[in-house]
Amino acid sequence: MKVTKDLVAASATPIVLGILAEGQSYGYAILRRIGELSGGQLDWTEGLLYPLLHRLERLGHVESSWQAVAGERRRKYYRITDSGLAELAEQRRQWDTVVEALRKVWLGPGEVRVPTALTMFPSGGTA
Amino acid sequence: MTVSDGQDELEAQFAQWRHYAGRRPELRQTDVAELEDHLRGSVDELIAVGLSPDEAFLVAVKRMGGLDELAREFAREHSERLWKQLVLTGDGDGPAADGHRRALLAVVLCAAGAAASVKLPGLFGLDLYQDGGFYLRNLSLFALPWLAALLAWRRKAGPALVATLAALFALGAVAANVYPLADDSQSAVLTGIHVPIALWLVIGLAYAADDVRSSRRHMDFIRFTGELLVYLALIACGGGVLILMISGTFKAIGIAPGEFIGQWLVPCGGVAAVVVAGWLVEAKQSVVENMAPVLARLFTPLFTAVLLAFIVAFGWSGTGIDVDRTALILFNVVLVVVLGLLLYSFSARDPEAPPGLFEKLQLALVVSALVIDVLVLLAITGRITEYGTSPNKAAALGENVILLANLVWSAWLLLGFVRRRTTFAALERWQTGYLPVYAAWAWIVALVFPPLFGYL
Repeated sequence: MKVTKDLVAASATPIVLGILAEGQSYGYAILRRIGELSGGQLDWTEGLLYPLLHRLERLGHVESSWQAVAGERRRKYYRITDSGLAELAEQRRQWDTVVEALRKVWLGPGEVRVPTALTMFPSGGTA
Repeated sequence: MTVSDGQDELEAQFAQWRHYAGRRPELRQTDVAELEDHLRGSVDELIAVGLSPDEAFLVAVKRMGGLDELAREFAREHSERLWKQLVLTGDGDGPAADGHRRALLAVVLCAAGAAASVKLPGLFGLDLYQDGGFYLRNLSLFALPWLAALLAWRRKAGPALVATLAALFALGAVAANVYPLADDSQSAVLTGIHVPIALWLVIGLAYAADDVRSSRRHMDFIRFTGELLVYLALIACGGGVLILMISGTFKAIGIAPGEFIGQWLVPCGGVAAVVVAGWLVEAKQSVVENMAPVLARLFTPLFTAVLLAFIVAFGWSGTGIDVDRTALILFNVVLVVVLGLLLYSFSARDPEAPPGLFEKLQLALVVSALVIDVLVLLAITGRITEYGTSPNKAAALGENVILLANLVWSAWLLLGFVRRRTTFAALERWQTGYLPVYAAWAWIVALVFPPLFGYL
């Protein structure tokens, strides 16, 4: 199963901000971390990641700098800013709401839902 | 193959990729560096699991997705970069910026040259308004050589071509100035119309300098012409606004700017605008959707309707066509516009696409233009046999015959194309191959007609 494009796009910002909240990172490592986190189910492309990083930078949620970490190539690292942390918290609140709503709709196994539609419209209408 | 060999090869592949990616206007140098780092990370990982450097590079590039797609995503995020192409300075880093500055310098020099050359005759006592005839005949000689110079410079034209261009412009100057023509003579007006046409096709030579015989380049030149006209119209609108503002604001403080506007702004700005418009078309070529072909698609149905209405009305009323000078010119303009619409919709068309409704519409347009052309030809020959010939009538006759030949064969090819008998490429080749015919006729009218008709 692969996650659909729409969902990938919708979850892109909180995932990237969340990863950067763990510590500064660079493009390739971020993409690998996403693969790790989702067990390879989230299908991210470079065309999604880099423009998103640039947008977040423009919005002030992340900062970038070219750095050479010991023993590594010089590369562009991204670091989350305070505004990015605030954005992450906000996104998290929104996602919590969505997830909670979904949980209530998707009942666990064995639970029985009262067929409200039928009791409200005994004549058989399901609208 | 040793390991270091593989490494060298890999570096060469990276360099190639860098070069290729760096040419995309959507990507900046830093983006390319960032993506290259990504590519390297991917390659390292693949080599670590046992692929050869060669394979690893191929797989990594493939995984990264097409550069087109990647660039499109970048473009969506950085839409301002596409506009930057039009901005006068480059990114400020790398050799590209240097090229930008040089190009800009060349444009400014050529535009200034055009502006200076239009003022040059003034030093010899020729006034823009008292000697209007002189300026009218020479108008194209003030602007077009500079545009040709700009194009030849951009294309790095060889000395032989540059000499040819110079010789043709000199010939244009001869045609415009050596004959003793009265300002209000028919030949003077004809020269004023035909020298620019002849010289415009000289511009085509400069435009196609890198591959003079290629029919694709000829098509590009046709496209260039349309785009340039669109830009010129826009610049003219802007210039109009500027003039209104200058005259309004300066009058308000008691200074009459009429002299400045009439003697400097309009003539210098006008000829410089031609050069600048040519440069704009070149600069934004690959960036924004071409405008002229879009306009052609928009107006083809409308023109078809108007021409059909004219033919119906002509048949209904039963009166002939009044062959005075303005009517002749108008009919020629109509036919040229039809041809232009045809050419620009061709230039925007995917040559591989099958014929559709639009091609049928074009066929209707061409056939109705053909009918009108025949009507005009009949009217002209009738007048010539009745009253004898004049430069105007002879020029119009020649033009209509040339257009007739083009339209007949175009209609035939279009019919074949709609019925899937001929390819679209045949149509394109016919149109681009016909360009020299216009040039030849324009030179004949400009050079041969005045002595032929006794400088009438």
